[in-house]
Amino acid sequence: MASRADAAARRQALAAALLGRTHVWQEADARAARFARGRTDDAADAARLADDYRLLAHDVARARALIPASRTREYLESAYARAHTTLHHGAAHAGSALRRLFLEETPAAVRWLAPYLAWTTLIFVLAAFAGYALVHRYPDLIALFASPATIASVDSGKLWTQGLLNVVPSSILSVEILTNNIVVSLFAYCLGFLFGLGTLYILGLNGLMLGAIFAFVGQHGLAGELFKFIVAHGCVELSVMCLTGAAGAAIGEALIRPGSGGRLESFRAAAMRTGPVLLSCALLLVGAGLIEGFVSPDPRFSLATRILIGVGYWCLMVAFLSGRLFARRPRQPLTVHG
Amino acid sequence: MSAPLAELTVDSVTGIDVSLPLAGPGARSFAFIIDWHIRLVLGLAWYAVGTLIWNGGFSLRPPLPAEQAWIGTVIMPSLAIYFLYHPVVEVAMHGRTPGKRRVGIRIVTRSGATPGAGAQLVRNAFRLIDSLPVFYGVGLTLMVWTRESLRCGDMAAGTLLVYERNATETGLVQNAAQRVGRLDTVGAEIAADLLERWPGLVPEARIRLARQLLQRYLGADADLRDGDELQWRSRLERLARP
Repeated sequence: MASRADAAARRQALAAALLGRTHVWQEADARAARFARGRTDDAADAARLADDYRLLAHDVARARALIPASRTREYLESAYARAHTTLHHGAAHAGSALRRLFLEETPAAVRWLAPYLAWTTLIFVLAAFAGYALVHRYPDLIALFASPATIASVDSGKLWTQGLLNVVPSSILSVEILTNNIVVSLFAYCLGFLFGLGTLYILGLNGLMLGAIFAFVGQHGLAGELFKFIVAHGCVELSVMCLTGAAGAAIGEALIRPGSGGRLESFRAAAMRTGPVLLSCALLLVGAGLIEGFVSPDPRFSLATRILIGVGYWCLMVAFLSGRLFARRPRQPLTVHG
Repeated sequence: MSAPLAELTVDSVTGIDVSLPLAGPGARSFAFIIDWHIRLVLGLAWYAVGTLIWNGGFSLRPPLPAEQAWIGTVIMPSLAIYFLYHPVVEVAMHGRTPGKRRVGIRIVTRSGATPGAGAQLVRNAFRLIDSLPVFYGVGLTLMVWTRESLRCGDMAAGTLLVYERNATETGLVQNAAQRVGRLDTVGAEIAADLLERWPGLVPEARIRLARQLLQRYLGADADLRDGDELQWRSRLERLARP
């Protein structure tokens, strides 16, 4: 009985001694926070952080044994976790994270997606040909792909895009278009989650619609007008759709054919590998939406200007996605000429 | 349904693993609701202030026909605040948002680190799936059914939500440290917490909690005679004195 009381007293004394070190934990936590926010790069402080880490590990082990169900133990665990993260992963800067995303992660993801991009582009083109052939052979099928208002407008000999700016201001048009395009592209990506079938559906449907509409307006002699409307923004818009579709297809394949790590791990790896392209794609679609709102419906722009804008923006997209747009040139080594 | 996993455990070179308690659907939903209110209020505030300035008087009616400058300066920023809140704030605040901070949770990778911008974007892109068909139906179902309370975005980005005790806990821990005497550590923490919150509690709650604590630690020796609040406080302080 007495020895049990002694053990309890001993535990209480040890716990009290442990709690007496609170100010040390506080200092260690504050130091870890300074490093995590990048507010200091003092070497002596960094050495102290390494000492703090060992000290906190020691105290955590004691707290787990002596005071397991206490908030002090929880606080100590958090301080230890913060010191661990700071020591092993360094400071987190939003700016450098974004720079790394655009300069390294996005180009790497695009390179990795190249085979998927070839396949999704092929699927999109084949779907467009299929849509064209269907409506060319059975003109009534256009009702499946276009709204009655669009059909009526083309039947009366003009594109639905003519006079669009008289109805809707360019800014509203741009916002509507870019929002819709970003949502469609994100769906093309995310629906890869359904073993790639969702991605296939979105790519196929958009390809079919494009081909069908071209066949329909061609029958009314308006294909040239439609091309003139699409060319400025469409080069990038369709490329981005194929790229996000490629990313969705990669996710679908990861789920259909998981590696040795299992389906969830394979899905996670594919999503992480392809995810960096999303922000670039969204930014490119904002540009395409602005062109579609301000340039495409404006009759003052000639075909040559539109082609120049479309091709120019597409080249910019290629430079942006390959990381060449913001890449720094390597410095020339200093040479001495004798 | 599998039992919820309480903690994320990360190996450490010290031999003492780092242990991070996982946040469940309740804490996550609470944080989301706080953030939803914040972004809604901010978006509406931008709209209201912008429209008042635009109209030059007390009227929230949009200009008809809608002018491009009004759309560019009032509508688009309001929509951007509402829709881009999560990705922008989470990247800027290293895996936290004001709602998450209020609840005391943050996003981490499986190694316990702050996720990079790519992972945060993937996590947010998959909100499209998680929000289907309505009110985050897919996300909530997945959170309830997975061991680590993950939604689709977390699975894709390899992230988890963990609790963190921030520096505001330090004061409480310090107070508790000063009160370890007759009490054990947990009792000292409760006493410190109760004395700290004393002014904010209603009188009945103060007396009830003080009575319970005295009974628990002093048993038959506890002085539980009726008295006013000051007497109960002084009894509690005597108990908590080292």
